[in-house]
Amino acid sequence: MMTLNPNIPSGSIAEKWDMHRFEMKLVNPANKRKYSAIVIGTGLAGASAAASLAELGYKVTAFCYNDSARRAHSIAAQGGINAAKNYPNDGDSIYRLFYDTVKGGDFRAREANVYRLAQVSNNIIDQCVAQGVPFAREYGGYLDNRSFGGSQVSRTFYARGQTGQQLLLGAYSALMRQVGLGTVQLHTRHEMMDIVVVNGHAKGVVVRDLVTGKISSHAADAVILATGGYANVFFLSTNAIACNVTAAYRAYKKGAVFANPCFTQIHPTCIPMSGDHQSKLTLMSESLRNDGRIWVPKNKGETRAPGDIPEDERDYFLERKYPSFGNLSPRDISSRSAKEVCDEGRGVGPSGYGVYLDFADAIQRLGKHTIEERYGNLFQMYERITDEDPYTVPMRIYPAAHYTMGGTWVDYNLMSTIPGLHVLGEANFSDHGANRLGASALMQGLADGYFVIPYTLGHYFATSGQAKVTTDHPEFKKAEEDVKARIDSLVNLKGSRTVVSIHRDLGKLMWEYCGMGRNEAGLKKALERIPDLREEFWSNAKVVGNGDSFNSALERAGRVADFLEFAELMCYDALSRNESCGGHFREEYQTEEGEALRNDEEYTYVAAWEFTGVGNAPILHKEPLDFENVKLQTRSYK
Amino acid sequence: MKLTLHVWRQKNAQDKGRMVTYQVSDVIEDMSFLEMLDVLNEQLILNNEEPVAFDHDCREGICGACSLTVNGITHGPEKETTICQLHMRHFKDGDAIYVEPFRAKAFPVLRDLVTDRSAFDRIMMAGGFVSTNTGGVPDANAILISKRAADLAMDNAACIGCGACVAACKNASAMLFVSAKVAQFAYLPQGQPERKRRVLNMVAQMDAEGFGGCTNQYECEAVCPKGISVAAIALMNRDYLKASLTEV
Repeated sequence: MMTLNPNIPSGSIAEKWDMHRFEMKLVNPANKRKYSAIVIGTGLAGASAAASLAELGYKVTAFCYNDSARRAHSIAAQGGINAAKNYPNDGDSIYRLFYDTVKGGDFRAREANVYRLAQVSNNIIDQCVAQGVPFAREYGGYLDNRSFGGSQVSRTFYARGQTGQQLLLGAYSALMRQVGLGTVQLHTRHEMMDIVVVNGHAKGVVVRDLVTGKISSHAADAVILATGGYANVFFLSTNAIACNVTAAYRAYKKGAVFANPCFTQIHPTCIPMSGDHQSKLTLMSESLRNDGRIWVPKNKGETRAPGDIPEDERDYFLERKYPSFGNLSPRDISSRSAKEVCDEGRGVGPSGYGVYLDFADAIQRLGKHTIEERYGNLFQMYERITDEDPYTVPMRIYPAAHYTMGGTWVDYNLMSTIPGLHVLGEANFSDHGANRLGASALMQGLADGYFVIPYTLGHYFATSGQAKVTTDHPEFKKAEEDVKARIDSLVNLKGSRTVVSIHRDLGKLMWEYCGMGRNEAGLKKALERIPDLREEFWSNAKVVGNGDSFNSALERAGRVADFLEFAELMCYDALSRNESCGGHFREEYQTEEGEALRNDEEYTYVAAWEFTGVGNAPILHKEPLDFENVKLQTRSYK
Repeated sequence: MKLTLHVWRQKNAQDKGRMVTYQVSDVIEDMSFLEMLDVLNEQLILNNEEPVAFDHDCREGICGACSLTVNGITHGPEKETTICQLHMRHFKDGDAIYVEPFRAKAFPVLRDLVTDRSAFDRIMMAGGFVSTNTGGVPDANAILISKRAADLAMDNAACIGCGACVAACKNASAMLFVSAKVAQFAYLPQGQPERKRRVLNMVAQMDAEGFGGCTNQYECEAVCPKGISVAAIALMNRDYLKASLTEV
């Protein structure tokens, strides 16, 4: 039986990271060049890790599937990045950021990791400013802050509505500088197909060149996955089209346990779906909730235009239900409330699945110019997609799958249960518990890459005692053969349905039974139907072209094949967690007022799942969570 | 609506390539241009034909992957709009639409509508950064930056690196792309120590990649999905002249 050791350092919460840094073994500067690491993914976590490790002197090889490292989906994050700087003098502190994050995660995150995250949050802002990231400024030249959901202080730094872009370009610049110096070998348009484990340790990867189709092996002393989340299991999500679970799922199949897969975040402010043709959903930054007021008509079946509905016939439901946090209530709570009013028949827009996000008051109070300055690009984006002008007509929004808190299980050093395999950013599970607060994803990705892995990877190198392995090792040959066989079976799919249509079916199934609300009967139904859909894929999907050239249909097929297995894991997890917490809302477990009902006695643990074969039930391992600092309490935003 | 599409098909970098005509029906106004191409691709796959390859990812106008020339205009007819954000309501039933890749010597076609824009990455490697390692930097508020300077830096930092500026230019010049990065750092105190080296190195790499020079036609500004101003090019030219006379 596997035991999960989170390797949490001893000592008080505030001293853990400090002591741990002292206790970890170091690699002598002259010896660093003898160690090599492979980094998969070049988003915030991957690019910052690759650059930082190369700066220290390690040899780094990085891979990304886009044509440039700058295109990773971190780029699409809009609103901002949190830090405990307390520049506005409004009562923030490292402890408060830690507290808010643990509470926001509904007490399902590991305290020690979250505290470290809050500690290094300040270093991240310093680092990004030094790189030339153009954060918003006050007239005096100091940095500006705004507030985000789940917090009563202003701790969010931002660069217009493009904070993710600017932070990623900062990390990308640092990465390209190292590529130019020859310390990082960067391979773009390459997709990781498998992880190679030798002697129980991760020693390399097999990748496919997406232009030529060539399969190749790469060996190193450690492997880092920074491959993002799996929200595309829902087909429609705010993720980029190519975002996938493949790398993390390959690691799972090779023995890395997967934690809390059912913890998925549904973001409250997305543009509602307009039809079946849709390939993705577009997020409108949560920062809009600083100035926008969310409402629906009080009456069912309202037909008047929003401007014609008088004030006393509007229901500002978040302000009504959660007076102290109002429109800035956390994402899970805001999303569920929106679903509730729409299910009651009070939703707006052609589908009835939408709520208004209204800026009329803010425009009157602050002037159109200020609103334009704060959100101009978001308003523009909204108008493009919907053909409606949000300066004069309230926006319509609806929740959509956005982020996944679950991910590969890692210990305090960000190492998975496969020694040497480290997992960073959204791809791991560690910091956000059952619900992530706004502006915390960028923080975590960069914390892991800039300020955690550079220390902990050195410790692994200094203590693992593993011999060097080359790609001549039989494990590499075997992995390559497996990859080639898999590609052959995919290109030989000659059925009558496109891969995309099967992916869309999977998405609908997951949204219905494992989406915003879940229940036992639905999850059991999903567990029956997913294998059928997988069967449909392998017997009736159609892939054209071959494996030896640029083949976007083949790429998509490989990713969907993995989603079709992974979806089952999500449902097993959701079914086994008989409580509601954060983004996991089990309809059987709610209070009379419809709020999530946690069961701390039985479920204060991380559910980490072990692979046992396709179609077999995975084995559950539990990492108990101790809350020594933040007292377990019912999360209230009233 | 029903559309006639004339699409550039090219098997690989060596292939000569040609325009191929397709009919697409059931196109709805609310579809994005790329969702319309998805419809075409689904149709092609079911007919045993290989789908049209095109770069795309975020589909919300920020990753810079999508790169189509539609009816002769890079990113299509709408101002400050990437092709992924262009919706079919801007077309009408029966339209014929020509879809080509971004064309430039420095952006060789890899397949169909996919080009190799790695030249941009190499220009960034040459100087598109502030040389600072992780750690050892001052407190963020120790570097004061006026709101105006931060805003100007942000205007230029908004570049998504799509390459539309190059494809729209008769000289295939990359000067809007390069100058946007040069200008971002030129407006910020963090960019000053390397200001001269940066502009010299980035321009040298730009020339080495085979991009042309600027002859002030401003086609780049007209098609830039992020509205980057040619004022950046003027700034870069001044900086370049100063740097080439004073940097030894």
